Amino acid sequence: MTKPSEKSEGPVRGASRREFLRTGAVAVGALAGAPGAAQALEFDLESFFQKNFRELSDEEIDDVVKRLSRRYSKQYGAEVSVHATGPMDGVLYGYGLDISRCIGCRRCVYACVDENNQSRDPQIHWIRVLEFEREAIVRGFDLEDGNPYYDHEQVPAADKIYLPVACQHCEESPCTNVCPTGATWREPDGIVVIDYDWCIGCRYCMASCPYGARHFNWTEPSIPAEEINPNMHLLGNRPRTAGVVEKCSFCIQRVRDGRYPACLEACPVGARKFGNLLDSDSEIRTLMRTKRTFVLKAELKTQPKFFYFYG
Amino acid sequence: MSDEQSWRAAQPQWSWPRIFLRFILDSAGVVSRGNGPYYAWIVFLLLVIGSGVSAYANQVSHGLITTHMRDQVSWGFYIGNFAFLVGVAAAAVVLVIPAYIYNWGPIRDVVLLAEILSVAAIVMCILFVTVDVGRPHVVWHMMPGLGTPNFPHSMLMWDVLVLSSYFLINYFIVTYLLYMGYTGQKYNANFIMPIIFLSIPMAVGIHSVTAMLFMGLKARAFWHTAILAPRFLSSAFCSGPALLVLIFLVLRKIGRLPVSEHTLFKVGELLAYAMAVNLFFLGVEVFTEFYGETAHSIHAHLQWFGTHERKDIAIYSWTALACNFTAFIGFMVPVLRRKLTVLVGACILAIGGVFVEKGLGLLLPGMTPDVLGETYTYNPSLNEVAVAAGVWAIGALLFTAMVKVALSVTAGTMRFRARSVV
Repeated sequence: MTKPSEKSEGPVRGASRREFLRTGAVAVGALAGAPGAAQALEFDLESFFQKNFRELSDEEIDDVVKRLSRRYSKQYGAEVSVHATGPMDGVLYGYGLDISRCIGCRRCVYACVDENNQSRDPQIHWIRVLEFEREAIVRGFDLEDGNPYYDHEQVPAADKIYLPVACQHCEESPCTNVCPTGATWREPDGIVVIDYDWCIGCRYCMASCPYGARHFNWTEPSIPAEEINPNMHLLGNRPRTAGVVEKCSFCIQRVRDGRYPACLEACPVGARKFGNLLDSDSEIRTLMRTKRTFVLKAELKTQPKFFYFYG
Repeated sequence: MSDEQSWRAAQPQWSWPRIFLRFILDSAGVVSRGNGPYYAWIVFLLLVIGSGVSAYANQVSHGLITTHMRDQVSWGFYIGNFAFLVGVAAAAVVLVIPAYIYNWGPIRDVVLLAEILSVAAIVMCILFVTVDVGRPHVVWHMMPGLGTPNFPHSMLMWDVLVLSSYFLINYFIVTYLLYMGYTGQKYNANFIMPIIFLSIPMAVGIHSVTAMLFMGLKARAFWHTAILAPRFLSSAFCSGPALLVLIFLVLRKIGRLPVSEHTLFKVGELLAYAMAVNLFFLGVEVFTEFYGETAHSIHAHLQWFGTHERKDIAIYSWTALACNFTAFIGFMVPVLRRKLTVLVGACILAIGGVFVEKGLGLLLPGMTPDVLGETYTYNPSLNEVAVAAGVWAIGALLFTAMVKVALSVTAGTMRFRARSVV
């Protein structure tokens, strides 16, 4: 992996529209005689008037990041730092998964939940592991035969194979195409991200995704304060609200700092690989050359950046 | 000098904004007055709206978890109603074409009622999409100038564009015709006819674009077919005119709407053609799915036969087919459709059939099994149904109010009289 290039931290701006809004909000709250309400209103107003992430200047992003760090630190009683680290030049992320190694233990699923601050109640899982009869590998995967709710004493169960599925980070991503507000898009390093403040929750992206990768917050998500991961990315694992869509971001808060995704580190059998597709010597490229490789639903021409190996 | 001209000459010259204000006030007056059954109807609608608003408040405070939609079936009853009502909005106006071809009746009344139905239907469409959205307070993110609309890529943006244009056009036509009637002027045919004619391709446009919203999704094999737009249109040409026939009959009974039975039987004949085409398109789709079966035919399988655990979608589909086919017989056989009771029954069946076919009958097979093969059983929750009923009641209230004004204007009981102003 190449070295991370941190987005330079710009100077903190003085009084701005946001400051004005904050003052105004506090005034409204004071009138209502409810300091707590004023606090809530302050945040809501600032998020409410925030522009689409892609229209924010570096200074504005800096403001948002600082405001959210303050908010989450207070909310979860932890030293939360939200980042908006940008993409590195010359990097296109690719994920590899060796299904002949995968044992279906779902450690990746729960490592992902912990890392990415997914709701514990109701549970949201960005990774879904499907269990198939071993012969599926010969016939080709018929997804209707997959079972995501397998519950064995021990895995791998006899004559079963496992197919973990999460966001495939498609080059021709149907989800970003259909989004009416441009709240989701593909970054230059290939990561498909969501601006949670800009999403209106119409779920058109979910209808368009061929991989079931997108999940909706049907109600306010809940994460115990002691389980919060304080290392957050604005477009990744920061806490979401009710009514927005979320999904795997390749652990944007880790990989843009040169680390591996959490699911990869959690995998006990080394089935998961990650790297730079533009580097022909990278592990992922080497595996793509030497292993039998396929992508899910290739006929849809979505050009996933998530590759499955076998044999 | 005719009575009309002498009456008009007797009126003092007012500027049109002043008259228009008077028109609005008089309209409000007409809407607020009525007989016992009228008030009972209004109170009923307000109660349904009230329960819908409280159900929606519940949804807003808890999130869409109050519905039975989940990740596996992420669109449900709301979007189904939306698809059905776009059809009603489109088809009501398309009735304008046969109105000209057959040259029946006072053309203005027919056009007027059709346009009013369109306006009410589009308002319901917009409401159904709004209640489906997770964060309704930020829908301005898709508006030009305020937000960042993903135009021309997102078909949802196209739909917003055509629906709002269609709404404005129809709303303008209705207001113009009523205002001219109110002031006793003859409408300017050279001015309004081109706009009325424009609303016809626009009607086809809104329903095609709504179909494309689904057709463009390659992830959903059941919707990813060219027959979807023609089927949307053909089914809409059944439900829209059928609804109008029922409305004509009700208004003939309680109002002063002069609609001859001959006219209604003609619409019945048109409905026979529309339903024949609709059933044909369905047959073509079923043939393709089952004769040349692929992995994607699983949705059609579920639609018509269900699975071991789940038969509800199949029940929906066969019910819709039975309704539509029975209605077709009623419309097609001349002796049958010339009996008012049969015509009414056939219209009710056609509306019911299309409502199921374009509602959950379209949504559920499209989303079941989901893209990873999971079968989730969706049926709308009580809260969801209450919200939907509230939206329908808002549409019905709007329609009632507009029709009441329209009938008063066409009957001449609501007229501009300058001297009535103090």
